[in-house]
Amino acid sequence: MSNKYLLEIGVEELPARFIDDALNQLKTKIKSVLEIKRIKYENIETYATPRRLVMVVNELSEKQLTLEETVKGPSKKIAYDDEGNPTKALEGFMRGHNIKIEQIFIDKYNGEEYIYANVIKQGEETSTVLSENMADIIKSIVFPKSMKWGEKDLRFARPIRWIVSMLNEKVVSFDLEGIKLGNITTGHRFLGEKEIRIDSVDDYFVKLEENYVIVDQNKRRDIIQYGSKRLAKEKGGTVLFDEELLKEVTYIVEYPTPIIGKIKEEYLRLPKDVIITPMKEHLRYFPVVDDNNRLLPYFITVRNGNKDYIETVIRGNEKVLGARLEDAKFFYYDDIKIPLESYVDNLKSIVYQEGLGDIYDKTVRIQELSKKIGDYLEVGEETQKNIERAAYLSKADLVTKMVDEFTELQGKMGMEYAKQSGENEIVSTAIYEQYLPKFAGDNLPTTTAGSILSIADKIDSIVGSFAIGIQPTGSQDPYGLRRQALGVINIILNKKLKLSLQDIVEYALYIYVEKQGLVFDYKNVKMEIIEFFYGRIKNIFSDMGIRFDIIDAVVNTGIDDFYDLKIRVEKLNKYLDINGLSEVLTTFNRVMSLAEKASSANVKKDLLIEEEEIELYETFIEVREKVSSWINKKEYDKALEQFIALKDIVDRFFDHVMVMVEDDKLRENRLNLLRKIAENMLMICNLSKLVK
Amino acid sequence: MYFQDLMLKLLGFWGEKECIILEPYDVEKGAGTMSPHTFLRSLGPEPWRVVYVEPSRRPADARYGENPNRVYQHHQLQVILKPSPEDVQDIYLESLKAIGIDPLKHDIRFVEDNWEAPTLGAWGLGWEVWLDGMEITQFTYFQQVGSINCDLESAELTYGLERIAMYLQDVDNIFDIKWNENLTYGDIFENAEYEHSVYSFEKANIETLKHLFNIYEEEAKNGLEEGLVLPSYDYVLKCSHTFNVLDARGAISVTQRTHYISRVRNLAKLVASKYIEQRDKQGFPLTKGGM
Repeated sequence: MSNKYLLEIGVEELPARFIDDALNQLKTKIKSVLEIKRIKYENIETYATPRRLVMVVNELSEKQLTLEETVKGPSKKIAYDDEGNPTKALEGFMRGHNIKIEQIFIDKYNGEEYIYANVIKQGEETSTVLSENMADIIKSIVFPKSMKWGEKDLRFARPIRWIVSMLNEKVVSFDLEGIKLGNITTGHRFLGEKEIRIDSVDDYFVKLEENYVIVDQNKRRDIIQYGSKRLAKEKGGTVLFDEELLKEVTYIVEYPTPIIGKIKEEYLRLPKDVIITPMKEHLRYFPVVDDNNRLLPYFITVRNGNKDYIETVIRGNEKVLGARLEDAKFFYYDDIKIPLESYVDNLKSIVYQEGLGDIYDKTVRIQELSKKIGDYLEVGEETQKNIERAAYLSKADLVTKMVDEFTELQGKMGMEYAKQSGENEIVSTAIYEQYLPKFAGDNLPTTTAGSILSIADKIDSIVGSFAIGIQPTGSQDPYGLRRQALGVINIILNKKLKLSLQDIVEYALYIYVEKQGLVFDYKNVKMEIIEFFYGRIKNIFSDMGIRFDIIDAVVNTGIDDFYDLKIRVEKLNKYLDINGLSEVLTTFNRVMSLAEKASSANVKKDLLIEEEEIELYETFIEVREKVSSWINKKEYDKALEQFIALKDIVDRFFDHVMVMVEDDKLRENRLNLLRKIAENMLMICNLSKLVK
Repeated sequence: MYFQDLMLKLLGFWGEKECIILEPYDVEKGAGTMSPHTFLRSLGPEPWRVVYVEPSRRPADARYGENPNRVYQHHQLQVILKPSPEDVQDIYLESLKAIGIDPLKHDIRFVEDNWEAPTLGAWGLGWEVWLDGMEITQFTYFQQVGSINCDLESAELTYGLERIAMYLQDVDNIFDIKWNENLTYGDIFENAEYEHSVYSFEKANIETLKHLFNIYEEEAKNGLEEGLVLPSYDYVLKCSHTFNVLDARGAISVTQRTHYISRVRNLAKLVASKYIEQRDKQGFPLTKGGM
């Protein structure tokens, strides 16, 4: 027969955001136990509702696989007495493994003879193995935040109140800190039976559905999605779904019934985000829009229950949303009584970070830095003016009532209020775009002004934090500096901006010294920041599938124009994929290591005396010119190809010319020649970092 | 259901569930948690079950009596169940039925909410309980109080009485809640709301309050040196309230804020550890079947 195991961990309402990961852990852990314990199975299914984590293992074997193994016993010396009779030691060994004297044999181990036997270990019943391991599996599930309860020596996201553990029709018992365990589960909190007896694993899903619990999250998700769509369609609209929110809602209900409520028309005059934010973030409602993506006066929420008394529930929800929107409306109209720029002065009252001044100070710094970046990018006077204005207004919305209440609206309100205050489209958009990208994979700024403002804001944060000794360590990154650095890099790469990281970082540090009077170890901090950025860019390249040694070879050239680095790694990765370079590496490693001994790259022509060094010098000069022209066109693969054509001549040079000669002048000149070649190589990449 | 009946019903309900019914504690505070009946009793291994109504002052929430949802002082009904019983959620839901909220006719949810009170060095995990989308109760399993791990975890239930009353009486403005047959919430509190708002936002004497904060802090320390935990704690509460007024008055910068909070937290921590020490010396009297 096919064996099925069911585990249900019955809990008080789990935070939705923990559930997927908990299911994954459960699955991984049971998998590894079954493998180690030699129990076969077909597959593992996992399900969850807010009140239960469920796992079903299908087609389990009855028992562990039998295991034949050779076991080592006592040494022959100890195993037999002087007369050749088995000693107590040998008898004990045989008894222990349940074998007879005929089954043993002797073999050598480290030069001495020992007793051995081939024994067959009969597998344990699967139910025994499960019962011995399940408590540990549950205990080992970890959550981002966990708690203790009821004097139990156990941590979980919320209290565990019951466990169902069954193999087919039988309970597989184990002890988890005395928590009730058996074949009794419980239905929906209000609609279902309190105690439901499960007769078999298959019975579980049916019985629970009868008791208003749909265990399968995908099924619930479908009900929510299709039900909501239908409701919206009846009103001539579509639901504005959001994957995250849909998933969250799926995990906070056991028996979903989508319902539709009305929003008073007067609130629809507010900006869209002002309406959507409290709906989604605070109440987990889905907005409804028309064909032009304009909000309709409806919202959809999902009741955890059936359709009974649905009118009361709808009315209650309408009231709650009404109160929220009334607040938002009050904030909005109060905020726009004065123009956005009037708020800038109030920024002086908010500390940005101890040691780094207030938000007004930050505004001034961002203004300076973004102007400088604009200069580097030669954006032109018009754009420069917009950037300056946007930077000045960038943080003003932080002291408005709306953002004080709904912090997630920062930037969006800035844009909205800027428009209301008569600022132009570019300035308004840039204020919003300064916060982009907010997370990995988020949209990037679309405008030049927005891109520059975003880079300036992030660089200012990173540089300031490093200067006062706050930097990410291990998994700790409370200020999101890694995310911000990735944001900067992604903007640069995506917009193909020609910027030198060193220049920007130095200027940002300079502003802190000049404007903020900050004192810190300038050299060291700068180095840490640059390395931090190189760390991020290496991650990005490696995510792009670039070979790690190619990343090293390119990043270790001292080039700090990230877009240029990207082209290099891509071209070289492709080139090296096709052309193995192993033969040339030895040659250029040697060039590189000797070049490090050189004092300069000045080659005196009259000191070139051997035929091979003259040949090398002259060929190199020709090659260099061609290499440069490829580099100028950013054809780094062709540049590399051109450069490595020097190999034979360099080899001939090494074969015939002694570099480390007694004569100081000759030696220096030859080292300098190699240095010159190495420097040219570094304009493409550092070949010595490549792995053969 | 009148406001006063709502209080009486819930007090009665929990009284029957073996909670002692206590009066509000007579020192200003921002939340029911700050009453010594919760803060101190949730420490250590002694069981404890209590229910009380706590008028809670939040100067920053004052709105001159003009906002339909926010007030300077609201009423929390606070329940502590220590240790938390297995079926604590079920008992809670029963209490809702007792005040006429039938779960079958509504949508009741336990929505993740992790409670934290930095001035008390306290945190716990739990939920906001939603009634058709509205938060009506804060439900927390205490994990740490006074920066000390809870040996015996309490469940804390904090009912927002005004919200529940507004729902039950179907009114949109807090001041329209009927306290009894004759008087509304507004009749009783509107004037207080106005005066406290003017005081908290405009008239409170900043220098005096800063001075008072220092004096209260000194006095709390003084009491602790004498081994007098409860009088000290009263002054910790005074510090906390004084700080709240200063904060509402806009007299405290962000940096100072952190500093003030940590001063109160340190006092709370000292009181908490002194309290446990004291109870330990007395042999934790309530552990012997006291409750």
